[in-house]
Amino acid sequence: MVENKTSPSVEASLTALAVSLRGVTKVYDNGVVALGPLDLAVGKGEFVSLLGPSGCGKSTALRLVAGLSAASSGTVRVARHEGEVQIGHGIGFVFQEPTLMPWTSVRENVRLPLKLGGIPKAEGRARADAALASVGLADFADAFPRELSGGMKMRVSLARALVTDPDILLMDEPFAALDEITRFRLNNDLLALWRSLGKTVIFVTHSVFESVYLSQRVVIMTARPGRIQADIRIETVEPRGEEFRTSAAYSDYCRRVSAALAPSYSGQSTL
Amino acid sequence: MNAQAPVIAKPAGAQSVVRFVLPIIVFAAGLAAWELVVRIREIPPYVLPAPSVIFLTLIKDWAVLSQSLATTLLTTLEGFVAASIGGIALALLFNQSKWVEYSLFPYAVVLQVTPVIAIAPLLLIYLEQQTAVVVCAFIVAFFPVLSNTTLGLNSVDRNLAGLFQLYGASPPQILRFLKLPAALPYILGGLRIAGGLSLIGAVVAEIAAGTAGAGSGLAYRIAESGYRLNIPRMFAALLLLSLAGIVIYGVLAVVSHLVLRRWHESALGKES
Repeated sequence: MVENKTSPSVEASLTALAVSLRGVTKVYDNGVVALGPLDLAVGKGEFVSLLGPSGCGKSTALRLVAGLSAASSGTVRVARHEGEVQIGHGIGFVFQEPTLMPWTSVRENVRLPLKLGGIPKAEGRARADAALASVGLADFADAFPRELSGGMKMRVSLARALVTDPDILLMDEPFAALDEITRFRLNNDLLALWRSLGKTVIFVTHSVFESVYLSQRVVIMTARPGRIQADIRIETVEPRGEEFRTSAAYSDYCRRVSAALAPSYSGQSTL
Repeated sequence: MNAQAPVIAKPAGAQSVVRFVLPIIVFAAGLAAWELVVRIREIPPYVLPAPSVIFLTLIKDWAVLSQSLATTLLTTLEGFVAASIGGIALALLFNQSKWVEYSLFPYAVVLQVTPVIAIAPLLLIYLEQQTAVVVCAFIVAFFPVLSNTTLGLNSVDRNLAGLFQLYGASPPQILRFLKLPAALPYILGGLRIAGGLSLIGAVVAEIAAGTAGAGSGLAYRIAESGYRLNIPRMFAALLLLSLAGIVIYGVLAVVSHLVLRRWHESALGKES
């Protein structure tokens, strides 16, 4: 992962892979080809953004990795801990909406994956509280989702994805509905969490600026059916912070990513 | 985060007093006018009894009327419980299997659209009277529970369902932790309608049954008093039926509010 010139397939042989998609397509029942064929390799501990126009199948790709839907052809491989039964196959998923259960407390929402996995209540509550603390919501464990702001709900959703200690975190435009200030804060918090926890993150977004700011690699997809248009590695001094957001290198990367994205919006519209 | 309840109460305070006081004033004025008209024009009680006479009849005949009230309420309760359990159970069954739903749903609709007053005499032929009355209450009340529960079970958030799938939830877990809580507001809405309807079902069946004796309900008292031109007692029984309906609705509304008050939009004030 040090050499930036290596193509994903060479890189795959060098580093351990967390997720690998080979010739994956998704065709819906109504005949619409949503995705592919798509080849994507994500190394362990990598932060990769999938960027593309709406309807390009980025969310579909994420759902395929999560096992929430099945590929029409091709193979989806997800690395797992060996010899260990993992709750949720070692995957945490953050949806576009917070997707919280409104009828129960924040703590119970975060504890849900553990409850479904048969973890005893006391242990589950302790782990839920720890996960909430890691996203800065330790004081809100007893609150109900409706009592929280949009950003706080998203943090709860993140805590719930982290509570099983997954190896891979899949995020489907998680901050798209938030205001910019809240989004910047959550971007920084997410980066801090990623650095301290060392998880593999696949982050779907339609924001050029967000993808460049957050990820080590930005994978740009074409309009439907989604394929990979470009794979741009973002190299900068870690840890990133506000100074990166305002640096010349940042705007340079944004320009490159936007240029790679341009064919999708200069061509005929799919909307 | 603990401040939600008092915040709601304050601005609504003055308005809610008005909302209670106004109907009471209208009610009192109506009663006064009624009383006055009856007295001034000296209308005999077998044509139109004055409110005071109705009230006195209620006290005088309390022994008979209270027993009938208890009978009717028991029937209503049995019908309501049967409709709740039956409606929810059938909805769960429909939710588990489309085949069962397609096979049975049309008959549920047929049962719903056939006037119960027309079915009651038939039921009375084949069933014991008390059973027939409860079955009538059930038939009238179960459909709103069934259709609301079905709607609720089908209204589960798609992403939440995906989340449960991701974490390998078993079907019983999905039912208990996702579908039933998500459907709860709908189920409670259905029960609220069913409460009033089971009273109507019970009354209709009692009138159709028309048997006298110790075990006869309020509806029978109304019919019987009509034959005997005991109009004040008719009104008194009617009054009790209305009150019973209001209490049933009120109790179910309060239960629904208490269950949903922490999370559902319907139970929240405008402020929060």
